[in-house]
Amino acid sequence: MESGKNTRKVILDIENLSVSFSQYDKGFAKADLDVIRDLNVTVHEGEMVAVVGSSGSGKSLLAHGILGILPYNARLGGRMLYEGEELTRKRQEALRGNEIVLVPQSVAFLDPLMKIGPQIRKGKKDAAAREKLDRIFEGYHLKKEVQELYPFELSGGMNRRVLVSTAMMGNPRLVIADEPTPGLHMKMVRRVMEHFREMADRGAGVLLITHDLEQALEVADRVAVFYAGTTVEDADVKDFIKEETLRHPYSRALWRALPQNGFRFIGGTQPYVKDMPKGCPFGPRCDRYCEACQGEIPYRKLRGGKVRCLYAQ
Amino acid sequence: MKTHMFFLGKQGIRMLLLLVCVSIAAFFLVSVSPVDPLQANVGQAALGSMSPEQIEKLEAYWGVGEPPVQRFLAWASDFFRGDMGISLLYRRPVSGVIAEKFANSIWLLAIAWVVSGVLGFCLGALSGMKQGTWIDRLVKGYSLLIASTPAFWLALVLLMVFAVWLKILPVGLSVPIGMEAAGVTLADRVRHAILPALTLSITGVSNIALHTREKMIDICESDYVLFARARGESNWSIFKNHGFRNAILPALTLQFASISEIFGGSVLVEEIFSYPGLGQAAVTAGIGSDVPLLLGITVISAAIVFGGNLIANILYGLVDPRIRRGGGSL
Amino acid sequence: MRTHVLNGRVRTALWFSLAVLFLALITILGLVFAREAVVTDFSRKNLPPSSACIFGTDWMGRDMFVRTLAGLSMSIRIGLLAAGVSALLALLLGILSATMGKAVDSAVTWVIDLVMGIPHILLLILISYACGKGFRGVVIGVTLTHWTSLARVIRGEVLQLKEAPYIKVAGKLGLRPWQIAWKHMVPHLFPQFLVGLILLFPHAILHEASITFLGFGLSPEQPAIGVILSESMQYLAMGKWWLAVFPGLLLVLTVALFDVAGESLRKLLDPGSAHA
Repeated sequence: MESGKNTRKVILDIENLSVSFSQYDKGFAKADLDVIRDLNVTVHEGEMVAVVGSSGSGKSLLAHGILGILPYNARLGGRMLYEGEELTRKRQEALRGNEIVLVPQSVAFLDPLMKIGPQIRKGKKDAAAREKLDRIFEGYHLKKEVQELYPFELSGGMNRRVLVSTAMMGNPRLVIADEPTPGLHMKMVRRVMEHFREMADRGAGVLLITHDLEQALEVADRVAVFYAGTTVEDADVKDFIKEETLRHPYSRALWRALPQNGFRFIGGTQPYVKDMPKGCPFGPRCDRYCEACQGEIPYRKLRGGKVRCLYAQ
Repeated sequence: MKTHMFFLGKQGIRMLLLLVCVSIAAFFLVSVSPVDPLQANVGQAALGSMSPEQIEKLEAYWGVGEPPVQRFLAWASDFFRGDMGISLLYRRPVSGVIAEKFANSIWLLAIAWVVSGVLGFCLGALSGMKQGTWIDRLVKGYSLLIASTPAFWLALVLLMVFAVWLKILPVGLSVPIGMEAAGVTLADRVRHAILPALTLSITGVSNIALHTREKMIDICESDYVLFARARGESNWSIFKNHGFRNAILPALTLQFASISEIFGGSVLVEEIFSYPGLGQAAVTAGIGSDVPLLLGITVISAAIVFGGNLIANILYGLVDPRIRRGGGSL
Repeated sequence: MRTHVLNGRVRTALWFSLAVLFLALITILGLVFAREAVVTDFSRKNLPPSSACIFGTDWMGRDMFVRTLAGLSMSIRIGLLAAGVSALLALLLGILSATMGKAVDSAVTWVIDLVMGIPHILLLILISYACGKGFRGVVIGVTLTHWTSLARVIRGEVLQLKEAPYIKVAGKLGLRPWQIAWKHMVPHLFPQFLVGLILLFPHAILHEASITFLGFGLSPEQPAIGVILSESMQYLAMGKWWLAVFPGLLLVLTVALFDVAGESLRKLLDPGSAHA
């Protein structure tokens, strides 16, 4: 799996995506909040890419942006290509739930008053839908009776498999998993991740959105490091073996904070959307911050990956 | 299942106890009144047409001879056996009068209840799903305006427009004057019930529409609707699968709990349209100091209201799977 | 950002002031014209609306505009009295219910269920009958029937407050429950109470008008909106539409303005909406 020399087909290509919210006050004035500024990520066939960023960095909006389910006051910028073509609103509506699927965080995303079976079938009652769901459930070792349960009746072990089943009702080419393992035990996490790995191995592209680098390194092929609304680095999982092979100071800081590398955290916090510094968002926490960092910083190719830093070599 | 039976039993007993209290309170209120019903009403003509037995009973209840507690117990024990006393104005057993008036009112109430419920739910759901659009503004504006409009004035306006100006509907009375009850056709009944039912429906919509709207907005902002959208469900599919399912229960509960308001409205509306129902009888009884009838109507209407509340409580247990299957509380 | 937030609040405050100003104007004008309202002039009987009498005149030649103002003023004053006492009752019972233990709580809840169980209008008829009808009956009736929902709100609020750390500390310091309620809870409840009080008015006024309309409230010689509309019924069939339409519209406006005042005050007092 040589990254950079990936010859497989690109499924999703996102270039400089931005998401901003115009907030209307009670008056007529509006204020813009740029939650995502420059997000770049590419997903190939059969590949699992993790977008890693800390909580509150706006990662979920990426998923909502791809699916076209952002709230009405959100504005989208940049470019999204799906299978080489612009991902327009019309295509989003046609593809979501079928070729592009979302696996949510928890069963809180299921309607509490609708039984599991009908809910996964989206209310469809035809024989084909029933049969398909039965087969999916078999594949995940879920009993048929589970279809007759309500979400609150599911056990912890069933929860994940049911959520993953929702994705398989379509013909997924691109699977977006948004924090699919919140607060789960590592053993459990591995089992859930196996499901996604399986989907990738069958040819789908998997976009894993998570705050947990350790988890991402375990299963993903590539990692896009996301900081304060910007992707700062795109690296192969292998690059995370040593600190030196990483390109961006923030990725290195993340690396040092891993348990096996000594739990060393850097000072400061991620800037809030409203008081974002000019240029490099990581600047205020970086040793090498200088005037040049306050200008435009290109996202450039470097050693088989990509980086958004003037000094990376 | 056992806990559910227990719940039902408890609710039922509570309802009965409340009814007893309602009758005590009502009896107390009419007892302290400075108006003497026998003097005010029965007087000469009525007393003449009654048997000595009946007169004795009347005096026992409403006269000044005995202490109130004993009067109440005498009245209540008769009531419990189905004898609600003799109406002073109609000079017939109260139970018969109430049965006849109730038969007239129930149509009106049922139609208004169903129409306002269905219409209110639909408007509220539409408004909530289209939050911020002109439809939403229209529904919200209508509901708020109607909430400020007295039912009796609306009745007057409708009467003016449809009966006086357009002359397409009758001015009042549930049956044409001078016609034998048997000669009244269904069409006549319907024609006379249209305006009162319309008034009650128009005013009843407001509350349920506003509540359903709020609920629907909450639903549309929920995670499960977001996920449904992510799974490619259309607006209609989202409404069918999730919106309706989650909004109907609170709406039904509210509608069962609002029987009291529709009944209250019917008192005014029946009076204006001279519709011979329970509401008009209550006004007549109050004005004419017909204490036995007033008490009877109070207890019966309270029973209907409590019955509605009871159904609302049971519905929650029956329909919401988290209570039905979970056995626990929410 | 901040100035825009202020804009919204200023606008709400403006709505509130306008509504209160308008209602005060009706109340005062009604009092000023109290005498004109009953002046009969048989030379101008049953006149439709004109520039001289914008609401027209009735069968005794009384100016309907002045009569309506006097009636609404009366309604507002009755509402003021009844809603005020009713709201105090709600505050008292709500606090009692939440602080004095289980027995008191179930007793108060029981009374609330009882009052809510009898249809409003019917209970008003009963109370009016008990008081021998007239002004006293209306005021007592409206007072006794309107406190329930506000009492529920206050009870819930107090139950929440009881869990607040500073209330618990006050309890540990040995303050009596009533001292805690008066010193620490009432100030906190005041905004809720005020909004609840204002939102009681529309109901109080509507019910006063309804019960008077039915003949249980104010007597026919008093200038009451219920009396005006009740009288107008007899003239509807003759096409005297103005007797019902204008007084009714002004009644709707009055009730709606109370709603506007209450809701805008709620927005102003709610710290949450300041950041919205």
